[in-house]
Amino acid sequence: MPSGVFHESYASDERIFQTWFVKIWLILLLLVMAALPFMVSNYMISILIEAGIAIIACHGLNLLTGYTGQISLGHSAFIGVGAYACTILIGRAHLPFIVALPMSGLITAMVGMVFGIPSLRLRGLYLAIATIAAQFIIVFTIRRWDSLTGGVDGLFVDPGTLGPFHFNDRVHLYYLTFLIVAGATLMTKNIIRSRSGRAFVAIRDRYLAAEVIGVNLFKYRLMSFAISSFLAGIAGALLAQHLEVITHESFTIHRSVDYLAMCIIGGLGHITCAFFGVAFWFILERILEVVSTGLGSAFPDHITWFVSLREIVFGSVIILFLIFEPDGLSARWRTIRAYWKLWPFSY
Amino acid sequence: MTGEFLYFMQFFLSGLAMGSIYALIALGFVLIYKSTSILNLAQGEFLMVGAYICLSLTIDFKLNFFVSFIITMGASVLLGLAVERVVLRPLIGEPIISVIMVTLGLTYVFRGLVIMIWGNDIRQFNIFPLEPIDFWGIKLSQLYLWSMGISLLLLVFFAFYFKYARTGIYMRAVADHQTAAQSMGISVKRVFAISWCIAAVVSSIGGILVGNIAGVGVDLSYIGLKVLPAVILGGLDSILGAIIGGLVVGVLEFLSAGYLDPYIPAINEVFPFIVMVLVLMIKPYGLFGTEEIERV
Repeated sequence: MPSGVFHESYASDERIFQTWFVKIWLILLLLVMAALPFMVSNYMISILIEAGIAIIACHGLNLLTGYTGQISLGHSAFIGVGAYACTILIGRAHLPFIVALPMSGLITAMVGMVFGIPSLRLRGLYLAIATIAAQFIIVFTIRRWDSLTGGVDGLFVDPGTLGPFHFNDRVHLYYLTFLIVAGATLMTKNIIRSRSGRAFVAIRDRYLAAEVIGVNLFKYRLMSFAISSFLAGIAGALLAQHLEVITHESFTIHRSVDYLAMCIIGGLGHITCAFFGVAFWFILERILEVVSTGLGSAFPDHITWFVSLREIVFGSVIILFLIFEPDGLSARWRTIRAYWKLWPFSY
Repeated sequence: MTGEFLYFMQFFLSGLAMGSIYALIALGFVLIYKSTSILNLAQGEFLMVGAYICLSLTIDFKLNFFVSFIITMGASVLLGLAVERVVLRPLIGEPIISVIMVTLGLTYVFRGLVIMIWGNDIRQFNIFPLEPIDFWGIKLSQLYLWSMGISLLLLVFFAFYFKYARTGIYMRAVADHQTAAQSMGISVKRVFAISWCIAAVVSSIGGILVGNIAGVGVDLSYIGLKVLPAVILGGLDSILGAIIGGLVVGVLEFLSAGYLDPYIPAINEVFPFIVMVLVLMIKPYGLFGTEEIERV
């Protein structure tokens, strides 16, 4: 038996499942996730759906920001585009859900590419500012284009159906989200392993060198924007199904910052980033909810204090992560795994 | 004067007044960027905190406005120093995304603290008289005139400060070449701290002025993002650019409200951002910004 994992070819180095051990754990995890709706409350299922949607969105953002190095502060606006596109395609154009879902992804990808055009000339800071502009312009359009988006009042979402499944049923929506999360993860992982993924990383690490060795900067930057927005659009379509009523308030710049924060906490530039980041974020959110309602009922005079607790804690978490753990939980996870791999003979 | 011209001037002058406040806040932005290369997205929160402190001292504690103004300035200096020392200094040399995110994390903390202390309501804050003064048919609120006057005074003050004051010259030297300035015996750390202090102070003043115009609420912090178009238009690292950009953006905002509103209602909310995207595509380093030249 070999004393470790030794790669003898590039193909084995790039394999998704490095060992049978990982594969078994993954299958177990999938089985548990599939059985989960029968074990937990409806409220928990809702949260799991939200978390799944956030994971899809974070995969997109991770691809754009973590792998290609293009900071986006407008991700939630793109999710909004997907949500509205899907809702309008079902409600107005009466398309079946199975068609509307990918189409809303494609529409969002198109919008994302339009706002990705400045990346031809801009990098870093300037691109981040351009995406802030995208965020404001998109939300403004949603809020003011009354005839299409219902303006400030928002839209009621017609529940999508797919054969025997009706997605106003939480459990059905859970399975749909679950499947798409799995699909999106596989897709992201495969993109990263491919030529495009390597081009993204090359652009992130040193774009001039990348250009010199023949990477078409504009093409790959735009591609990164498109894929990222596509995933955002799919996440948005699911979010619309989940929320049942969508307004522009679900897609503010604060949500964009939230998604970026999840990615940073998870560790930008790792495929596990979205899972760790979203898990950390949602667990912390639940804990805070319990704590603040508990404190609020114990000290009803100071209820406003505990309402704002969430913002303060999340802000501090972001700052503390950036100062003390800038590579996020994925990096920490790998350190821990590397330590235990050789245990008890770590010397 | 013809009605058409009057209509134009009305919006133009109001825009100029608002623009001078933007210019003041943009000055803080540029100052931090120029000396420390940090894009401070928490600028709007500085503004909000300053406005709230001044408001609560004046109204809740019934202090004289000038006394509370002075105390607010002192508090802003402390705030600027604390933020620079505790949050930003550990991140020197980290990638851009960390620095941007940390200022965004700060916005969460500040917003939470403000809601915790002062609650969520929009409060009125009227120091300056509101009655409009008539200039040959153009009605301008005294509030706007006061804002314009104070902002312009401060802008002139800082122009002289950077030109003649010793610390002002230090700051320009550090912005120009950090290591060279350091070898001339200038304390770069102190310059960083001073930049943050000045930025916090000018944004507090801006916050108090805007708070008088629009009321003091958590939404005040959006002004910090609204200043971005001004900064980009003028060039991220140009003080003159910040002033001109601020004035232009203020005027554009009001003129778009005056002329484009019938076609697209409330377009003035995003018009500066649309202009900003165009500027970014055509001339990303703005009117007066230094172009980054990459050499292999």
